[in-house]
Amino acid sequence: MAVERPFPPGAYPVVVVGSGPGGLQTSYCLRRLGLEHAVLSEDDGPGGMFRRFPLFERLISWTHPSADVPRGSRAFEAHDQNSLVADDPELGSLVLDYLGEDHRRPSRDEMGAGLAAFAERAAIDVRYGCRWESTRRDEDALVLVTSDGEYRCTAAIFAIGMTEPWVPSIPGLELSMHYVAVSKASDRYHDRRVVIVGKRNSAFEVGEAIVRSGLRELTLVSPRAPDLARLARSPLRPWYLTPYDEHVRGAPGRYVLNASVERVERREDAYLLHALDPTRLEALVVEVDDVIAATGFRAPLQDLPEIGVATVLDGRLPALTPLWESVTVPGVYFAGNITQAAQGLRKHGVASVSSMVCGFRYNARILARHVAEAVFDIRVERRRLEPTAVGSYLVDELDRAPELTMQKGYLARVLSVDERDGVLDQGILPLEVFVDGKNDGVAVTLEFDADETIRPVVYVRHCGALQETSLPPHPLRRYDDVVYRDTLERLLAPLLRLA
Amino acid sequence: MADAPVAERLAQLALFADLRWPELEAVAHTFEEEVFGEGQRVIRQGISGSAFYVVLEGEASVLVDGSKRARLGRGDFFGEISALTGDVPTADIQAETMLRCLMLPGAQLEGFLLEYPAVMLRMLHAEARRVREANRWR
Repeated sequence: MAVERPFPPGAYPVVVVGSGPGGLQTSYCLRRLGLEHAVLSEDDGPGGMFRRFPLFERLISWTHPSADVPRGSRAFEAHDQNSLVADDPELGSLVLDYLGEDHRRPSRDEMGAGLAAFAERAAIDVRYGCRWESTRRDEDALVLVTSDGEYRCTAAIFAIGMTEPWVPSIPGLELSMHYVAVSKASDRYHDRRVVIVGKRNSAFEVGEAIVRSGLRELTLVSPRAPDLARLARSPLRPWYLTPYDEHVRGAPGRYVLNASVERVERREDAYLLHALDPTRLEALVVEVDDVIAATGFRAPLQDLPEIGVATVLDGRLPALTPLWESVTVPGVYFAGNITQAAQGLRKHGVASVSSMVCGFRYNARILARHVAEAVFDIRVERRRLEPTAVGSYLVDELDRAPELTMQKGYLARVLSVDERDGVLDQGILPLEVFVDGKNDGVAVTLEFDADETIRPVVYVRHCGALQETSLPPHPLRRYDDVVYRDTLERLLAPLLRLA
Repeated sequence: MADAPVAERLAQLALFADLRWPELEAVAHTFEEEVFGEGQRVIRQGISGSAFYVVLEGEASVLVDGSKRARLGRGDFFGEISALTGDVPTADIQAETMLRCLMLPGAQLEGFLLEYPAVMLRMLHAEARRVREANRWR
């Protein structure tokens, strides 16, 4: 029996492209706001990148069962970095159902099953097998040309992942095999000499996997030396660092080079890789049997740059506003892990976790409300707070809000304060939106300081003047005690007199 | 030019003019590229934890208490004073056009300059010129 596919070509207020976690979360949030939209995906089922990646290892994000916190609750979200979030507790924490015994981090299949369960139980409609092929502007509308026909919309939200292999323009590197094409056969690299170009997640992941297959020699090479202090705190540490550990301890045939790759050349059955180490005069030449380019991914932006979407990192990501709109083409929004392109304040260099589900699931909720309000004039009510309740509310948020725990220094709880409306809860927003805004109010976040200690930080804008106050850290990260509440109330007293 | 690899674009800037190719590549991989839309702020007066930036493309304004003091363009850099002293910035830097920068977290600037003394010397020359300009107009 033929099943009728949803969302035939036509005009829709919003079109979402993608059925990975970013697309599913965005569609769920748009629907909660009553905003009509179509969801298109070239895949034949939900899951996005988790239908293919990671190739070998488990994810680096946790899903921890908890005896104290009910699953599906808001507080549980901090225990579960992998599930999508929902207002209905039945739809939260679904990855937990598929996690094998004794596991704390899902495999690709477990993650995919959790996402598929969300799509099914939340009844997210997607037009699968519909490939977005090109884009054009038609007066105020955007037109997405797909394999099924044309879709007109006012706002398009691209949740298309960073899934396209990216290889830098180094002569001969096109001869290499990209990470995505690496064989999973356990004996493929047995007794081989392998060089991996790159030292980020996918390089270490593939290095760790092929070390186990008994290879003869493994060399990782890229220009930048690994930042060891940072690596020690990285979620990559327990899974991916065998090659690096063996290199620093001098294991035969394990090398990590900080050198720029000049070129790769074919030599009968082998390859010669020429690399320039800034500390040496002559080039290093490494003879290997296989070259793997673990040089990362780019967003499959198709022709968006041609309609004016500015990009960053050699075209790998779109340049975004703090609310994930193209900085150059209005109405073109992004969701999912592409939202990592909006950097936020990056205090002390700390990046958001918008590249991970635990970060972008919250971005999607904020984006849906922003698009509803800014593009379609759908007004979402703000909750009013009594001035006397503000201190308790904010310490409670610092203590428990999963958005603040996950997206440190990037997302904040924001309250506006003025004479007419009093204190209004503006919700969770990117901190940058409050800091660079004009309205009086307060934002609280959790941030890493210069020593990478987690601290609550309070931003108060009163009569237009912004003041930043970093509060002391708490060893058990409990901020709902009297010291924090008193400090907050003292900081807020002049502002709250307005309300 | 905007499509050229970052290392090639760095080679055109005075600050990095003394570096050889593998050093330029290492620098390009040490800094991170950021793009700001027109009107977006890059550095905020009075807010801690900011970074050091080098302009690759576009223009920015220096604003003190909201009033415009100077304009920056390709090859200019900013944020080094607060990165080196640990004090909060005394001005906003705001993108006037689409602005493409390279960013180095403030805490890493000192180590970077010690590793590349030629860049430190270039930076010192630029700072000397700024001091002379400031004194001339006092």
